[in-house]
Amino acid sequence: MLTWIALTALLLFSLATFMAGRRRAVATTAGKPALLHSLPGYYGSYAALWVGVPAALFILLFAMFGGRLEAGLLRVDPPAAVQQLTAPQQDVFFDDARAIARGGMPSETVYDGALKTALDEKAAQSNQISNLIQYGSIGLGAILALAGAFIAYPRISPQFRARNKVEGWIAGLFIVCSVTAILTTAGIIASLVWESWRFFQAVPIHEFLLGTEWNPQIAMRADQFAGAGAFGAVPLFVGTFLIMLIAMLVAAPIGLFSAIYLSEYASSWTRSVVKPLLEILAGVPTVVYGFFAALTVGPLFRSFFNWIGAQLAGGSFDGLAQYLMQVQNQMALVAGAVMGIMLIPFVSSLSDDIINAVPQSLRDGSLAMGATRSETVKKVVLPAALPGIMAALLLAVSRAVGETMIVTMAAGLQARMTLNPLDTVTTVTVQIVTLLTGDQEFDSPKTLSAFGLGLTLFAVTLMLNIIALRIVQKYREQYD
Amino acid sequence: MPSQRDDAMAHDTTAPVHIAVDRQHAALPAAPVKIRARDVNVFYGEKQALFDVSLDVPENSVTALIGPSGCGKSTFLRSINRMNDTIPGCKVTGRIELDGEDVNDRSIDPVVLRARVGMVFQKPNPFPKTIFENVAYGPRIHGIASGKTELEGIVESSLKRAGLWAEVADRLHQPGTGLSGGQQQRLVIARAIAVSPEVILMDEPCSALDPIATARIEELIDELRNQYCIVIVTHSMAQAARVSQKTAFFHLGKLVEAGPTGEIFTNPRDSRTQDYITGRFG
Repeated sequence: MLTWIALTALLLFSLATFMAGRRRAVATTAGKPALLHSLPGYYGSYAALWVGVPAALFILLFAMFGGRLEAGLLRVDPPAAVQQLTAPQQDVFFDDARAIARGGMPSETVYDGALKTALDEKAAQSNQISNLIQYGSIGLGAILALAGAFIAYPRISPQFRARNKVEGWIAGLFIVCSVTAILTTAGIIASLVWESWRFFQAVPIHEFLLGTEWNPQIAMRADQFAGAGAFGAVPLFVGTFLIMLIAMLVAAPIGLFSAIYLSEYASSWTRSVVKPLLEILAGVPTVVYGFFAALTVGPLFRSFFNWIGAQLAGGSFDGLAQYLMQVQNQMALVAGAVMGIMLIPFVSSLSDDIINAVPQSLRDGSLAMGATRSETVKKVVLPAALPGIMAALLLAVSRAVGETMIVTMAAGLQARMTLNPLDTVTTVTVQIVTLLTGDQEFDSPKTLSAFGLGLTLFAVTLMLNIIALRIVQKYREQYD
Repeated sequence: MPSQRDDAMAHDTTAPVHIAVDRQHAALPAAPVKIRARDVNVFYGEKQALFDVSLDVPENSVTALIGPSGCGKSTFLRSINRMNDTIPGCKVTGRIELDGEDVNDRSIDPVVLRARVGMVFQKPNPFPKTIFENVAYGPRIHGIASGKTELEGIVESSLKRAGLWAEVADRLHQPGTGLSGGQQQRLVIARAIAVSPEVILMDEPCSALDPIATARIEELIDELRNQYCIVIVTHSMAQAARVSQKTAFFHLGKLVEAGPTGEIFTNPRDSRTQDYITGRFG
């Protein structure tokens, strides 16, 4: 609360400096504002930035990390009674002291005697420290703001290049924003690598990458009953590959052909209607595709295969018939087919852009040779667009590999080494979801294996994306 | 044929602009007419791009179409091989006859027509294939060659006629896009003549080339004239004067004046032609 009041005051003070800076800039020119190097507003902004930004950053920094600082300071020099406690008990003690100081909910631990005294003492100390940090940071912030004003205000003169300085501040803002994105990515990778490294301490990397049995349900507590656990990820890779393959068999031809139709044959009116419609498909949330797969396509496919099985039963293909009659709702084919539908707009819209990038002069050249439109598409346009189309397909593959929701809902959970599209299979992403939802403990290989899978997935999709973007880049250079 | 019009022009140099003047017959009565255009109008949607153009293009000669940008000369060129069909909303009226047959007639397949009337574009547009495949493209789709040897023969003779053989004989299987601009344009000409067309249309074929490459192409056009009927659109009056036997001047979608190149450049009848060729506008 106090922090918000302080920040509001700071904002008002910055606004005041803005006005003052502006006025001073105009005043220094003795009635000829054209003499100023920059527009008066830049001088105002320059002063306001110096006043507002450092002080606000300082106050926010302490508002965010003041709690931690306080917790750290509180544990310096613990009372003798507390020193006798075990490390986890000490943690609980200090948490309780801070909770009491803030009127929160302490744990149910009962403290008496010397500990009770120590607790009250520490609670009071906690209050003191946090007040000190809060008022101190606001006071220092005020000093910073004033210092900013004293630095910036005297610099205002007609020769001063306020515009360049303000633009420097703005460039700084841009740099901070882009660095944030990069640092976040780096942080994600670092955490993946770190946790995976811990996982590979428990399970050797070759066993993970080459093992053919996946059964991560190991006991997390002594009283649990579970198997010994096996962390061979090959069945997951196979399942992922199978579903990706089915999805691409659906998405590649349909997406590509609709792109060819849209860019080469459709009238501009058709194009203007069909293209947005196709792109609506891309806007459907994957969870919606998921229940479409699980509730509509799955039962439909099952009853279809069951029906075929019933027709064949007793005949010379009785074995096959028996198998078909036992097909379940969840199978690789359902997940793959629905994922393929999801990828159609992705493939078609990328391919459409790429086909459109083939220069019209090539089409004219071919048509003027007496080629028909279809010959032109087959022999000139598609070969020219092929690298780009390959890249679009690779990007689609990388999405298929990383897709989670549809497979979670429609592919099943059994890790099987099979290429039979009618079997239930499981994928890398599905396993990550099941491993990280529900009860978990972050030092068990079961939970950590999710990070191993995540890292593998990340490496594969990153590689696919890099290759695809390389191809696109190379292809672009060819025509520009 | 148009002696009446000639007379009209002789009396009144500011004659209505839609009257096309053709003095070809008076000057070269023996040259047979390959393309005969009568009252050709072209519309792009609502906008009319060509107004009642009538022009005779003689066999075995080079006819140059000149005029300022946007005057309709390229539009006229593209209506000869019906390339305007590929532009949505484009409509052509009037008659354009190739050897007496109307190219816009329903019985004419534009695909077959375009095999008879080749075209070379402003910017060299070799396909992203090898040099050999570029030239073999037309013969392949039209099934002209009966075997590999014959196809190779066609490719070689086309490249020779386009004056490119000596430069590319040892790298036929490298990409055509790797050649220089002038070489690419000659490759495209070789590609066009590989299907033995009767007419070659050229739409500013040298505007993207340097003077030396331009000179090579102009030499080539002069050699090709013996076998083909060539129509060339050009912005360069000097080029029109150098390569063509007949010149037609277009202005604002109308054919202002047409006649033997020498006469158009030395003794134009219309004041606008005079102004244009002397550089007063355009």
